Amino acid sequence: MVVLQTVLNGLLTGGLYALIGIGMALVFGVMRIVNFAHGALIMVGMYAAYFAFTLLGLSPYLGWILSALLLFALGWLLYRGLIRPVMGQSDFMQILLTTGVWLALVDLAQLLFGADYRQINLGIANAVVRLGPLRVSSGYLLSFFAAAVVIGLVYAFLYRTELGRDVRAVAQNREVAPLMGIDVERVSAVAFALGAACAGAGGALLLPLFYLYPTVGDPLLLRSFVMVVLGGMGSVEGAALGGLVLGVAESLTGYFWTDSYSQVVDFLLFLAILLVRPSGLLGRQRA
Amino acid sequence: MTLSTPTPPPSATSRPGPLLSVRGVTAFYDEFQALWGVDLEVREGEVVTLLGANGAGKTTTLRVISGLLRPPSGGVRFAGREITGLPAHRIVELGIAHVPEGRQLFPLMSVEENLLLGGRVARVRARRPANLERMVELFPILGERRHQAAGTLSGGEQQMLAIARALMSEPRLLLLDEPSLGLAPRVTEEVFATVRSIAARGVTVLLVEQNVLEALEISDRGYVIEHGRIVRAGAAAELARDAAIREAYLGL
Repeated sequence: MVVLQTVLNGLLTGGLYALIGIGMALVFGVMRIVNFAHGALIMVGMYAAYFAFTLLGLSPYLGWILSALLLFALGWLLYRGLIRPVMGQSDFMQILLTTGVWLALVDLAQLLFGADYRQINLGIANAVVRLGPLRVSSGYLLSFFAAAVVIGLVYAFLYRTELGRDVRAVAQNREVAPLMGIDVERVSAVAFALGAACAGAGGALLLPLFYLYPTVGDPLLLRSFVMVVLGGMGSVEGAALGGLVLGVAESLTGYFWTDSYSQVVDFLLFLAILLVRPSGLLGRQRA
Repeated sequence: MTLSTPTPPPSATSRPGPLLSVRGVTAFYDEFQALWGVDLEVREGEVVTLLGANGAGKTTTLRVISGLLRPPSGGVRFAGREITGLPAHRIVELGIAHVPEGRQLFPLMSVEENLLLGGRVARVRARRPANLERMVELFPILGERRHQAAGTLSGGEQQMLAIARALMSEPRLLLLDEPSLGLAPRVTEEVFATVRSIAARGVTVLLVEQNVLEALEISDRGYVIEHGRIVRAGAAAELARDAAIREAYLGL
């Protein structure tokens, strides 16, 4: 029973990881860029939700919409201003650039908000919900369901809209997409902005559960990277599955071993996947 | 086979000048110069073949025409309009469809979604559902495989899908790059029959092919490209009889 409880806790965290992971997977799938600023974008989304709560009284369970919109706009500007000029250049240039954005955002947060840990106290997130013999925190449950809604929206966008189909087309064959009349630049901007919006929504939904500080996104960046590889580079469904797997693996590690080793397990998983199934859990060979 | 691609407007036949003209086009891949001033013309309703050895610049020429590659010098005119340097996604709106070498489908998408992407340009969007039905009628195998992922089709089926996807944009000019590459002889014949019927319906075709004789057989004229320069031009029948060409490309 305790194991079952541990798995359930892991799945709830995993739902949030999944949302963060699909954001990273979208950017990687469409642009073949590893966005090292992804964790910092989560942090920005968290601060946005924090101030929406403390200044406007907006609950993060609605504030995620604000965070997502803000990060969509920020992502769009980042793409137009910084990412686009290095598209088509060496991977090294792209890594340097997104790492630069990461460090700049973290330092800016440090400068503006200080390094203090912040936390919000949200009544509805502190209750305990009984599910039969199992008990879960209402905050985790609410965040999980909200994340599932956001993931559903992203999925609907990708599979039910024309622009979503364009995004998938560019991810599957960037070379030939222009011959369909697709403006690859525009689609890339949309994908990058949407990836940032996922990070923003994810950050807002983490706020009721975690402390907030400028480097809060850094371990989440590493997790996102593991999820993208776990799921098969650039596969959105795969990254979502990768998030759940990671959440459960970390939770079980905490139970059988100790919490502080959960990142070790992340990377063992990462290495195992690279060795055994380099194309990822839902992976395929790219044409 | 009934392919009801709209016939060219009456003014087209009286319009002076060719549908496509390429003048003095150069192209580079980094330091390597692939084209050294290519000139060619395609008139409305013609089928024209571009012949040449591997690496002679055939694919590069098509890539310049469809806008995938921007030429540093020279010009491309299409339907009386300068299109040099326009991005590829604008050029397809004007009526040039490019079927690239190696099919280049969207492998995880269904046959239907591939076709829908082919017909997404604004110029034909309203007619897209009708065009989709016409394509699955025209290529029954695509109708059968309609909801199957494109990546699971056989080579011949993939080529048919690549051509059908291009036709979804109702092109006035169809660029075909090695449509028979890697296909069995029987399937190759099918592809040539399809190209012939497309041309019979009034679509202008610029063809790059390794099967030189078959290509010339369905063409009106041909060009020979060597080391990035056009070295011969003439009627297809005349080129097919030419001893030097037979020796160079057929080993006869």
